[in-house]
Amino acid sequence: MKYDIVLCGVGGQGGISVSVVIARAAMAEGLRVKQSEVHGMSQRGGEVLAHLRLGTEEPASPIIPRGSASLILSFEPLEGLRYLPWLSAEQGTMISAVTPIKNIPNYPDIDSVLAEINALPRKVLVDADALAREAGNVRAANIVLVGVASRFLPLKEENLKNAIRELFARKGEALVDINLKAFEYGRNYNS
Amino acid sequence: MAQETLMGDEAIAYAAVHAGLSGAFAYPGTPSTEIMETLQELAAKIPQDSPNRFVAQWCTNEKTAYESALGASFAGRRAMVSMKHVGLNVAMDPFVNSGLVNINGGLVVVVADDPGMHSSQDEQDSRLLADFARIPCFEPATQQEAYDMTYEAFDYSEKHHCPVLIRITTRLAHSRSIVDIRDQKSQNLIKKPEGMDWILMPAVARRRWKEVIARQSMLSEESNAVKWNLLSKGSKALGVITTGLALQYYKENLADYRAAKGSDPMHLHIGFFPMPTELIRSLYETCDEILVIEDGYPYVEHLLRGIVPGKPVHGKEDGTIPYDGELNADIVRKALGLLENKGLMVKNISLVGRPPQLCQGCPHADSYTALKEALKGYMLYAVTSDIGCYTLGALPPYSAIETTVDMGASVGMARGAAEVGLEPVVAVIGDSTFYHSGLTNLLDAVSHKTNMKVLILDNSTTGMTGAQPTILPSSQLEPILKGCGIDPAHIRILRAHKMDNEKNVAVIKEELAYRGPSVIVMVRECLEALKKARKA
Ligand code: SF4
Repeated sequence: MKYDIVLCGVGGQGGISVSVVIARAAMAEGLRVKQSEVHGMSQRGGEVLAHLRLGTEEPASPIIPRGSASLILSFEPLEGLRYLPWLSAEQGTMISAVTPIKNIPNYPDIDSVLAEINALPRKVLVDADALAREAGNVRAANIVLVGVASRFLPLKEENLKNAIRELFARKGEALVDINLKAFEYGRNYNS
Repeated sequence: MAQETLMGDEAIAYAAVHAGLSGAFAYPGTPSTEIMETLQELAAKIPQDSPNRFVAQWCTNEKTAYESALGASFAGRRAMVSMKHVGLNVAMDPFVNSGLVNINGGLVVVVADDPGMHSSQDEQDSRLLADFARIPCFEPATQQEAYDMTYEAFDYSEKHHCPVLIRITTRLAHSRSIVDIRDQKSQNLIKKPEGMDWILMPAVARRRWKEVIARQSMLSEESNAVKWNLLSKGSKALGVITTGLALQYYKENLADYRAAKGSDPMHLHIGFFPMPTELIRSLYETCDEILVIEDGYPYVEHLLRGIVPGKPVHGKEDGTIPYDGELNADIVRKALGLLENKGLMVKNISLVGRPPQLCQGCPHADSYTALKEALKGYMLYAVTSDIGCYTLGALPPYSAIETTVDMGASVGMARGAAEVGLEPVVAVIGDSTFYHSGLTNLLDAVSHKTNMKVLILDNSTTGMTGAQPTILPSSQLEPILKGCGIDPAHIRILRAHKMDNEKNVAVIKEELAYRGPSVIVMVRECLEALKKARKA
């Protein structure tokens, strides 16, 4: 089994935590994991990209080859589209938050951006911010996306939840609950 | 056996500690920064009275870091110095000469290259510099190898009495996988070297150089038998040579290659230099064609191609693989003659880029606003700058700086330009970069009374690499400037804030009108550093 995930968004959207949650859940199931992050200049508000590769055998390349990702998990719609060439044409799914981050002067028309995603064969567009707010904290939007992704990932729901508990335990019970709720909202979201 | 999920940088830090490290020294630089950050985290966990305690320190620059590590080795203890590739240029003097001394405690030099220039000014390949200094170089392919090679490099360094370079690249530094951890070794006791082998005066250096040359040819021989260099059988139609991380991109495609062509190529993987010449020769002689895959310069390929025509050698020099940029599995796939993998394509919108930007509210933005306003009205002027977040001031909406070359160059270049008549000239430099390499240039300016202005952006941090504290706190900057001989009337300390803009513009204008060396310090803390402090 091989399962490649591209995580993308804009700096400060919590991509690394998502990567950690999925990686820990995968390891709890005995899978091998390779995870690649971006630091330094490329991180300074620009595009953020993490690659996460799961497999029964150790994935070789730290970065995902083109056309091989099973999932793009995008915190920002334009960023999701940027990595389309990495998504498998046969079986890849795009999951993206709908809220644009317009920190550039020439951001394309948002309706066209969303239409582009809607035209993909397998996609979920979700207002992750709204669901996170409903769960109690807009910053849990990244975990809403994990919830949506949980319907596609080859991982058990319980292992993902455990990984969320583990990650937020340090920050107190209240935040654990909010994030678990965010996960549920994402998981039950019907597009 | 214990296991950890580690980034390449972390794996190196763990391995050094487990190998009995006594002292580690570094200057931050992507992609090497996390080595020292991890060492400091590990150091903080060791109890006060444990014999495993070690020092892990940020230094003023890579040269000072290197020399500290060298001193620790002289004392007989195990030492590591880590830096990014261009940092090795700064440390070149101690680096090359440390190849000539009789290394005592194991000395491991970790250099993180940045092919693709994700966060750098060039793509230089440190394997060639190891060769230049005539010292051995390890090039790991995985996080596990990064761990194992570092762990063993200390023994290797002590056995052969030479520094050992470990060359990694961004992708290995910043990706994680599961690593098997080895036993904790105890640290060396203090034991000074005997004899005169650390006194590189000509008579000694001449003798040592002969010994180094002999050592290198012995290591070259040994390179054919080390476990890191592996020749494996395969079809004679194609011989593939990989080095370091390139192995992983090759492996990624191997199953498809086998399916398409019926068999594996003959393959030599190189993880240790000097080159395993016998192994390379044996592959070359057996195969009809050779493909060399390496991330960085075509180092092995260039040697193999030589200047006398021979068998077809493919790689970067013949365009089979792009000469510049970072290697990846897709490039290797194409080089192996396999069908390109295609994903999906965007159809109706243009994927505009999202270039890096200063954080919202960054003090540098306010400094640039004030500087630009103060310079209005001058027909001719120059603003040189340097390396850090403030380099982003080159882009709109600021478009405020005209040069970025190397650490500290802003001050030296401003001086040179001013000396030949370009006035006014302003050098914009961060506090960390100023300490790193700007300070010595300022002494030149004082000595020659150069008419130039230095704008020090003092945010008390090395922001770009994730907010490491500067070597000295803000309060020390003014006394240092005074001590250098800058006239106290022309050391102006301002708050880098838009609320102070009017005053800041006025002061900068005054200094522009003054004909002599002056320094304007724009003070306000980096937002990332504030965030980090709040978290801690
Ligand atoms: S990290 Fe600090 S110095 Fe860099 S852009 Fe952000 S606030 Fe400015």
